[in-house]
Amino acid sequence: MQRIGVFVCHCGTNIAGTVDVVAVAEALKNEPGVVHSAEYQYMCSQAGQDLIKAAIKEHNLSGIVVCSCSPRMHEATFRKTAAAAGLNPYMVEIANIREQCSWIHKDMASGTEKAIILGKAAIAKVNLNTPLTPGESPVTKRALVIGGGIAGIQTALDIADAGFPVDIVETKPTIGGKMAQLDKTFPTLDCAACILTPKMVDVAQNEKIRIFSYSEVVDVRGFVGNFDVTIKKRARYVKEDICTGCGLCTEKCPQKKVPNEFNLGMDNRRAIYIPFAQAVPKVATIDADYCTMLKTGKCGVCAKVCTAGAIDYEAKDEFIEEKYGAVVVATGFNPISMDKFDEFAYNQSKDVITSLEFERLTNAAGPTAGKLLRPSDGEHPHTIVFVQCVGSRCEACAEKGKEYCSKICCMYTAKHAMLTRDKYPDTDVYVFYIDVRTPGKAFDEFYRRAVEEYGVHYIKGMVGKVSPEGNKLKVQASDLIAGKQLHIDADLVVLAAAIEPDKSARGLATMLTASMDTNDFFTEAHPKLRPVESPTAGVFLSGTCQGPKDIPETVSQAGAAASKVIGLLCKDKLTGNPCVAQSDEMMCNGCSSCERVCPYGAITYSDKEFRMPDRTTKIRRVASVNPAVCQGCGACTVACPSGAMDLNGFKNNQIMAEVDAICKM
Amino acid sequence: MKVTYFPGCTLRTKAKELDRYAHAACNALGVELVEPDTWQCCGGVFSYAKDEIASKLPSVRALIDARDKNEPLVTVCSACHNVIKQTNHQIKTDADFAFRMNNYLAQEKDAPAPYNGETKVLHLLELIRDEIGFDKVAEKVQKPLTGKKIAAYYGCLLLRPSKTMQMDDPENPKIIEDLIRVLGGEPVIYPARNECCGGYIALEDAESAKKRSNSISDSAAAHGADMIITACPLCRYNLIKNGSKLPVVYFTELLAEALGVKEDNDGE
Amino acid sequence: MENKNERRREEILRISGVNPRKCMKCGKCSATCPSYDEMEYHPHEFVYMVESGELAPLLESKSIYKCLTCFACVERCPRGVEPAKLIEAVRLTVIREKGANHLKADDIPAKLDEEIPQQLLMSAFRKYSK
Repeated sequence: MQRIGVFVCHCGTNIAGTVDVVAVAEALKNEPGVVHSAEYQYMCSQAGQDLIKAAIKEHNLSGIVVCSCSPRMHEATFRKTAAAAGLNPYMVEIANIREQCSWIHKDMASGTEKAIILGKAAIAKVNLNTPLTPGESPVTKRALVIGGGIAGIQTALDIADAGFPVDIVETKPTIGGKMAQLDKTFPTLDCAACILTPKMVDVAQNEKIRIFSYSEVVDVRGFVGNFDVTIKKRARYVKEDICTGCGLCTEKCPQKKVPNEFNLGMDNRRAIYIPFAQAVPKVATIDADYCTMLKTGKCGVCAKVCTAGAIDYEAKDEFIEEKYGAVVVATGFNPISMDKFDEFAYNQSKDVITSLEFERLTNAAGPTAGKLLRPSDGEHPHTIVFVQCVGSRCEACAEKGKEYCSKICCMYTAKHAMLTRDKYPDTDVYVFYIDVRTPGKAFDEFYRRAVEEYGVHYIKGMVGKVSPEGNKLKVQASDLIAGKQLHIDADLVVLAAAIEPDKSARGLATMLTASMDTNDFFTEAHPKLRPVESPTAGVFLSGTCQGPKDIPETVSQAGAAASKVIGLLCKDKLTGNPCVAQSDEMMCNGCSSCERVCPYGAITYSDKEFRMPDRTTKIRRVASVNPAVCQGCGACTVACPSGAMDLNGFKNNQIMAEVDAICKM
Repeated sequence: MKVTYFPGCTLRTKAKELDRYAHAACNALGVELVEPDTWQCCGGVFSYAKDEIASKLPSVRALIDARDKNEPLVTVCSACHNVIKQTNHQIKTDADFAFRMNNYLAQEKDAPAPYNGETKVLHLLELIRDEIGFDKVAEKVQKPLTGKKIAAYYGCLLLRPSKTMQMDDPENPKIIEDLIRVLGGEPVIYPARNECCGGYIALEDAESAKKRSNSISDSAAAHGADMIITACPLCRYNLIKNGSKLPVVYFTELLAEALGVKEDNDGE
Repeated sequence: MENKNERRREEILRISGVNPRKCMKCGKCSATCPSYDEMEYHPHEFVYMVESGELAPLLESKSIYKCLTCFACVERCPRGVEPAKLIEAVRLTVIREKGANHLKADDIPAKLDEEIPQQLLMSAFRKYSK
């Protein structure tokens, strides 16, 4: 039999105003196991805690019930109090008589009655509590960053700066991500390459950072502090350690008709290529889909011209296995396909482009060497129409676009419009907007400058249809302020396409057992208070994989994710939560129900040998829970048909005892 | 292949060619178009008010006829197709409407089994693309339309509302263009091909219909077309009435011509 | 009077199945409307005027006969508001009144020509008469 102490808190008038705390303490005194019952004005104060400690010692208590506020508020406080008095902290139960009682009841009689019931339920549970001890696990002091855009780069640099080794896995042949494709950046208009490429070089030169480019994560096992990851390094048919990046092969390769993805297909590259001049690693890659040598065995020009002897047509994919303590997801975004929005004629005219294509058209390293020219005929456009919110803010059931605001389009469109007017004052620039959203430092000022200083025509309304007629794009739109339907003969139409998470994110989330929202953005552990952590321990989020973000926000989040990783990697051991699931192997029937419902991948099955009552042995397939991975959600205990699965600290008999105590009233 | 065929009122009067060539072409393609014993006019336009029940009965009767024969219901007229497909969709998605509709039907002599949207509704174009197959049509082409620059005119009824019609991309369709290519012609893509001809407004505001129709035929002409083809008698009427510079013919006529069965059926 | 207006508004919302509150006021419906120039009130105005209960001007306006029900606005609306269905419901509340048929059989002979397809007459009666 337990020796239970009950401590009823007044919380000033927060509880005592609607609950007769003296009556509660009195009523609970006679419950089974209770040997001491007291009330006090502020139980969480030092004096209140001292009162608890003294009572534990004086009455030799084996468990305590604190009738106070929500356990979210002070459970940790009272567990520490108990531990300080020599009591196992898991012998503490909280009866929430504030948020779930005094605050929601107006009348003293019903408030008091409910407080007594809640107290009795907690007492019934403590009677069945057993001391629990959290386990410990070691920490591998190395981090994995998945994605080598600005988010991944910043996170990796910050972790490396704290002295921990970091690996970046990037699917493209180079790191740099979307930012490497941009021309200027709002609102200060610094050139993207000028601020990004030095960071890329820092990554390349940092001894703590390894880059796995042209690679992908194919398997993740383990748990916080102890992830086992398999990385597939795709064959690039060029020896990375030998290639000097001289680029001769990329000039001599006879296969010239490969759409250049870095310029979004607006020009061509060779079958062997370096995506752009500042690529990191600056190493050539052979595109196996186009290389004549790899396809037919006839060519070999690149091998002939390579003085370093770096070409290796026999190369194979490699698989690398590595251990990590923490994983950071930085998989980024892509503009959505414009296929379902062909009222804007993206698929019907080359002169209807997306904003990212516009970036390449204005970038000095782009297909037009930075001259703004129409893709169809290379002429200078005189009238340009920008359309905002293409695919953003769409109703969910419309199944065309995205329900959310893509957040970055208002600002980059203001930038495009302003830069166009600055460089080509003879152009007429129209921006059709639904709302102009500029909540960022110096953002609204920037947008106003586009209107006031640069004379960009901002029109409240939407474009309804773009009709390619001759060499013009006939734009039919509404001007809601003027109350008119406008018809503009444009030379170029630029669509601010919604952004979506990279397609690789979904598969990765499954491997990491990290949760996602309906849009495939990774979910954070708490939207306000834990924004860079995934609910899965040891998995952190950086950049647009978590939601639309501009560069300043991405960089801050990247740094925040790094600091969380550093905090984890600084620890030598991790203390687990002892309230985890446990399987009774004798009762387990091996059905796998628990394994299927576990959102954290904490349950595995194995064959074990059991001694039977008749002294024979039998091999049975049974579940076991990895306590370091289990988060104690309890889903498995509900799914288990044989009752083998139970949750420490919340065992079925404890819950039922609480229910019984409540129903007895 | 045997299918239930709903011709519609106009195909028996002002648009006999649309009907006649559809039969001829389908014969050549091995498809038999079988009319229900009785059918009534679909009403020309779908009524969007949720409480309009009786006006949709003719469509449902045709749907039931096909259901009872376990055949798809095929139409050639864009309007009939639009009305019947939308009615079928409403039965499937609006339980209150389905309930009321079936109550009506239960009052009829020889009342049919309740109808819940079981029939598959196909436009002849869809039948060709999805059931017969363009490759099969290509094999049967006798007189390819070589050198003909043909502008497909969809109008509004074939494609919209796309969620219900499910025929093609409502903004950049290709089903008729693909057919033109199969028949050996050269499709002309022009932006007005999914714009409205003005439709029934011709009776209310002839000027408005003229403006709409001219913008379509002018756009097709400006893009270098020799002719316009359509599946809708009203589109054809509006375009011609308002002075289209290009000839406007039904797609079934071109189909019959390419399959080499046109002359046999000219002048009935 | 107030009550009659509110009843009509509810009737319009009920028979159209449209929820005007989904509108985010982007104006794409009116940007896309082929009959824009013929209309006094445009698709986006139908949406907000029905929502705010300003029915009288709509009920009296010729705009209700200018909509082609071509569904361009329905197709392109990013919020799934379906303005054409709302315009149809407003028109029906007018022509369902006694003696309010906009097109009468007597009007037809003057408008007939040799080529008019039956489809046109049927459609016009459906849209303009009860």
